[in-house]
Amino acid sequence: MNTDSTRRNARREFLLAAGGIAAGIALESAAAPPPIRAAASRAAASAEATQQAIRKITGAAPVNKGKVRLELPELVDNGNAVPLAVRVESPMTPTDYVKAIHVFTQKNPLPDVASFRLGPRAGRASVATRIRLADTQTVIAICELSDGSFWSGSADVVVTIAACLEEI
Amino acid sequence: MARAIINLPASAKRGEIIEIKALAAHEMETGFRRTQYGAVIPRDIITSFACTYNGVEIFSADLHPAIAANPYLAFSTIATESGTIACTWTGDNGYSLTESVAISVA
Amino acid sequence: MKTRIANVGPAAACFGLLAALAIPACAGEAVPPRSGYEFMGRETRAIQDDDAANPGMLWVLDGEALWNRKTGPAGRACSDCHGDARASMKGVAARYPAFDKARARPVDLEQRINLCRTEQQKEKPLAYESKDLLALTAYVGRQSRGLPIAVAEDAQTRPFLEAGREAFNRRQGQLNLSCVDCHDKHWGRRLAGNPIPQAHPTGYPIYRLEWQGVGSLQRRLRNCLTGMRAQTLDFGDPELVDLELFLMSRARGMRIETPAVRP
Repeated sequence: MNTDSTRRNARREFLLAAGGIAAGIALESAAAPPPIRAAASRAAASAEATQQAIRKITGAAPVNKGKVRLELPELVDNGNAVPLAVRVESPMTPTDYVKAIHVFTQKNPLPDVASFRLGPRAGRASVATRIRLADTQTVIAICELSDGSFWSGSADVVVTIAACLEEI
Repeated sequence: MARAIINLPASAKRGEIIEIKALAAHEMETGFRRTQYGAVIPRDIITSFACTYNGVEIFSADLHPAIAANPYLAFSTIATESGTIACTWTGDNGYSLTESVAISVA
Repeated sequence: MKTRIANVGPAAACFGLLAALAIPACAGEAVPPRSGYEFMGRETRAIQDDDAANPGMLWVLDGEALWNRKTGPAGRACSDCHGDARASMKGVAARYPAFDKARARPVDLEQRINLCRTEQQKEKPLAYESKDLLALTAYVGRQSRGLPIAVAEDAQTRPFLEAGREAFNRRQGQLNLSCVDCHDKHWGRRLAGNPIPQAHPTGYPIYRLEWQGVGSLQRRLRNCLTGMRAQTLDFGDPELVDLELFLMSRARGMRIETPAVRP
């Protein structure tokens, strides 16, 4: 019954080898850790991937900052399950409501987290869930209003790994 | 066996905003983990969720591997009439589950 | 915002802790016992507080179904002998591990359930950490929620309590650490970014976020032993049960929280 041991083994070996450098999870097999340059370019690649994922939702439309509030712990207890709530200021009337809320991360293996579709029947533009965070990073929420406009909010989260692992 | 729990008030006043909490039992295997031998453990997640109120969809979600195991969703809806609120989860490998709860609205 | 994750591997963190232990520990003043609940963030506590959000409740519901399911050659369910668990199991988890006369030693709740399965239901025992055994212990444990822990501390249990205390105090493993070193002397401080709790088993079986599922106290103890780089014990080892008994007596008076949520 093997749970996260391999993921953590890969992560631990990478972190121990990388010394004091803040690093993401080593996604490759638990072999030799990739060099620092590769880690930096992978971080850049994921930022680009996040932007692409956001653009798939928004197209060429501008994204305004505001209206969207993310509630996340600043320091998580465990990256496997981080409570997240997203609330959007909106009267939620039949003519002025939130159509959708999309959540993204910057350093997870995939940028997409979830998309929620609401509507005037929601009464309140508020959703909550629990997400996985692979590393200390920024979580972004983009909301789409009934008038076609996009608004965004974000929150920074610090993620550590468990001190005593189940398997070496 | 308990595959999901839906929580919402048994009764509400017409026009009241009620909160619905849906919790499903599912490992949400990300597809990024590897066995001790290096083989990828294939993805197996719930990919979508939909909630209907007397047959009309009032909320839905697309879920990705970043949603935590035993996925939890909380959202709201306006209590409009008595009837049935149904939640459906679908996912990889033909996973499909629907649970319904009655609501009485006065 | 500049952020820096605590990226020291666990082994290195433990060595750092050893260096810290060169500082003399405070004299053993009486410390009010604090549940692991208090060392969690507000948001994680909220998960435990809400039965609609607590994933452990999925196991409790499974346990309820199993409680009522007839099984074995005699087609007996737990409910056939024990009736409504809400009444009959109230307070039970709070006093386990409990002394078993036939075995002349304490047994924990998992062992008691398996004794019922084999002796009363004539069924095969459930494997440790199997979904069914966790579900039943979660369901039985849930019936003691809010009640104070009160294991027997008498002539019968004394030798086993002492054996558990000795295990708790013993330095062991490659890091030469004892449970006392973290959980009595350094609770409240952090190990590799995570707060060290006092190690009171108030909510077992717990939904542990690290496991992404429910697990028993023995699983957690084996986890600790591995983390300490000590020889871990097999599930069901009497030494583990002695340690469970000692931990419960050390936590006497604290309220059961099953199914608790922990990082």
